[in-house]
Amino acid sequence: MEIIVLVKQVPDTTNVKLDPKTGNLLREGLTGIINPEDRHALEAAVHIKETMGGKVKVLSMGPSQAVDACTEAIGMGADEAILLSDRAFAGADTWATAFTLGKAVERIGKFDLILCGRQAIDGDTAQVGPQLADYLDIPQVTYVQDIETMNETCTTVKRQLENGYERIECQLPALLTVIGTLNRPRHAHLGRLIDACTAKAPIKVFNAADIGVVTSDVGLEGSLTQVSKTFTPDFKRQGKILDGPKEQAVSELLKNISNSDAATACKAFAASCELS
Amino acid sequence: AVPKEIPDFSDHEGVWVYAEQRDGVLAKVTLELLGIAQELGQERRQKVSAVLIGDRLENLTHDLIRHGADQVFLAEDPCLQPYRTLAHVKIMEDLINEHKPEILLIGATHIGRDLAPRLSRRVGVGLTADCTALSIDPEEKILLQTRPAFGGNVMATIANRYSRPQMATVRPGVMEARTDEAKAGTIIHCEVQLDEADIKTKVLEMFEEKRKHAPITDSKVIVAGGRGVNGEAGFQMLRTLADLLDGEVAGTRVVAEQGFVPADCQVGQTGKTVRPEIYIACGISGAIQHRAGMMNSRFIIAINKDPDAPIFKVADWGIIGDLHDVVPELVRQLTPAS
Ligand SMILES: Cc1cc2nc3c(=O)[nH]c(=O)nc-3n(C[C@H](O)[C@H](O)[C@H](O)COP(=O)(O)OP(=O)(O)OC[C@H]3O[C@@H](n4cnc5c(N)ncnc54)[C@H](O)[C@@H]3O)c2cc1C
Ligand SMILES: Cc1cc2nc3c(=O)[nH]c(=O)nc-3n(C[C@H](O)[C@H](O)[C@H](O)COP(=O)(O)OP(=O)(O)OC[C@H]3O[C@@H](n4cnc5c(N)ncnc54)[C@H](O)[C@@H]3O)c2cc1C
Repeated sequence: MEIIVLVKQVPDTTNVKLDPKTGNLLREGLTGIINPEDRHALEAAVHIKETMGGKVKVLSMGPSQAVDACTEAIGMGADEAILLSDRAFAGADTWATAFTLGKAVERIGKFDLILCGRQAIDGDTAQVGPQLADYLDIPQVTYVQDIETMNETCTTVKRQLENGYERIECQLPALLTVIGTLNRPRHAHLGRLIDACTAKAPIKVFNAADIGVVTSDVGLEGSLTQVSKTFTPDFKRQGKILDGPKEQAVSELLKNISNSDAATACKAFAASCELS
Repeated sequence: AVPKEIPDFSDHEGVWVYAEQRDGVLAKVTLELLGIAQELGQERRQKVSAVLIGDRLENLTHDLIRHGADQVFLAEDPCLQPYRTLAHVKIMEDLINEHKPEILLIGATHIGRDLAPRLSRRVGVGLTADCTALSIDPEEKILLQTRPAFGGNVMATIANRYSRPQMATVRPGVMEARTDEAKAGTIIHCEVQLDEADIKTKVLEMFEEKRKHAPITDSKVIVAGGRGVNGEAGFQMLRTLADLLDGEVAGTRVVAEQGFVPADCQVGQTGKTVRPEIYIACGISGAIQHRAGMMNSRFIIAINKDPDAPIFKVADWGIIGDLHDVVPELVRQLTPAS
């Protein structure tokens, strides 16, 4: 099986710090990690390779430091990695991202399966997978929570729904987007990591010309959507701390609720407010 | 760089909603989308249309009209039920190319987020994900699409100037459905010509998990617990409080993984987005991924023994203390004296 795994480097939002004054996200000092769901895609790919043979190739688009994500992916068992890095790629929406990745997949050539995360934790759109599948004219299954069977021509997977799942049989080649319940990703193997850092490491960096795209079709210029403004949501929270002994704190709380719209939201609160 | 020239889209007209249904039951978000579609339609002086795809669904058309559709495109065929990506994409693609709508809204559900991106690529348009607000720009007359990103820490307003329809998926539970019993509408039957060989997937089985509780996304009051609740006895206590308030119990990823609340009661970036009237966070630190799912609640109450817990930053009212003291006291004061 020839498997391509899409890996996006994202800021680690688990250790996110907020500006104590404005409540804004402090982006400085955030380390880059492999998008969590992409780890699960990688694990699945390496597992399939181990049982069926074949090769796992990682494809990532991002700034030059995204090479770290490629290195780690090789540490986890990928055979080679391609990083698409060019100033022209910056500012891409999902349309332009899927196009750029699509061109690179065409350059790679033959594949049986593409695995990727359902959603990246920064952009949060879950659009790149299905858009790439359409570009390549192959079927897709999204929200894959389990891969039951796999052979050269066909796979059976469980697709998560809001209230359960469906079992889907899908012809190959196909693209699957996976979620975290799929498996437990392995840690990178130290020896492989060290190999991946050497000059002979199987990591290639391609720019726009390498994959045969003109700069007006990629990045910000090639995008169909534009972010016209970004802002931090204004919570307008009252942020009132009620202290004192618990009896007092709780009765203060109920008093506050009774003086707000919250009392109308809930009969029990309304009743208790009349009580006190 | 020179700004790109904006093509002439004057031949595009109409606000469309993809009418998601499962097993012949309309998704709630479909009705919500028709609510906002009416507003946008009024502003643009354009008709609202619903596209209903499946098999034997004529009985649903009335409900779509009642909720705001001026016309319903109905595509029926056994191969369209249940939903399969390539089948529904093909029907939508043909309809869009023939009728050229200006706006297309799709629910950000597991089906909508499967269909919309694929369709957007197919018809060559941009797509905005997971919107929580939509409006028409008064000057440019384009759709302004506002969405949370970065786990809800950043809001972005996105425009789609260079392609039509302007396409967005919209979060369930955000827009308001409206009904008008007297409303009339027309039904347009669509011809379906699909080759099973082109669909490439088969649904072998659907499995519905039995639900013992109401969906937390529908609940007006949520009592949520985190690691600080510390075990089953603690959750029993939260349930007592929730019952008193006619609410549901939910939790952080930590407690969902420990099994104290079911997976579909996890609130946050990788769980549910909720917006109840009252959200009571007990023993929850307020990690960014958790806040992403509850920040838009109307009122937030936090109970935590750590005064520096980030949850207090998004709370209207906070009590610093041990929840094992505070929650029973809250229950006591809320229980009417008999
Ligand atoms: C605030 C904000 C809002 C945005 N809103 C939109 C929007 O509504 N519509 C839109 O079209 N664009 C939007 N974008 C742009 C979007 O974030 C980028 O296009 C991004 O490159 C891909 O989208 P994503 O992060 O949402 O990926 P997703 O579609 O969520 O990613 C799914 C999977 O695709 C793969 N993948 C994604 N990107 C890459 C990559 N660069 N390299 C390798 N694999 C990858 C990964 O496996 C990932 O798990 C927004 C950007 C910002 C900053
Ligand atoms: C990609 C990703 C996605 C994630 N998605 C989600 C998600 O969807 N939802 C989610 O919730 N998390 C999610 N997380 C996890 C998140 O980062 C946090 O780890 C999690 O929310 C913490 O849960 P908690 O508040 O229950 O536990 P903790 O952070 O451990 O907080 C426990 C709190 O309880 C307080 N406490 C302890 N004892 C008491 C007591 N007796 N009385 C009062 N207070 C007490 C403590 O002071 C502390 O503040 C995600 C993480 C990642 C990396």
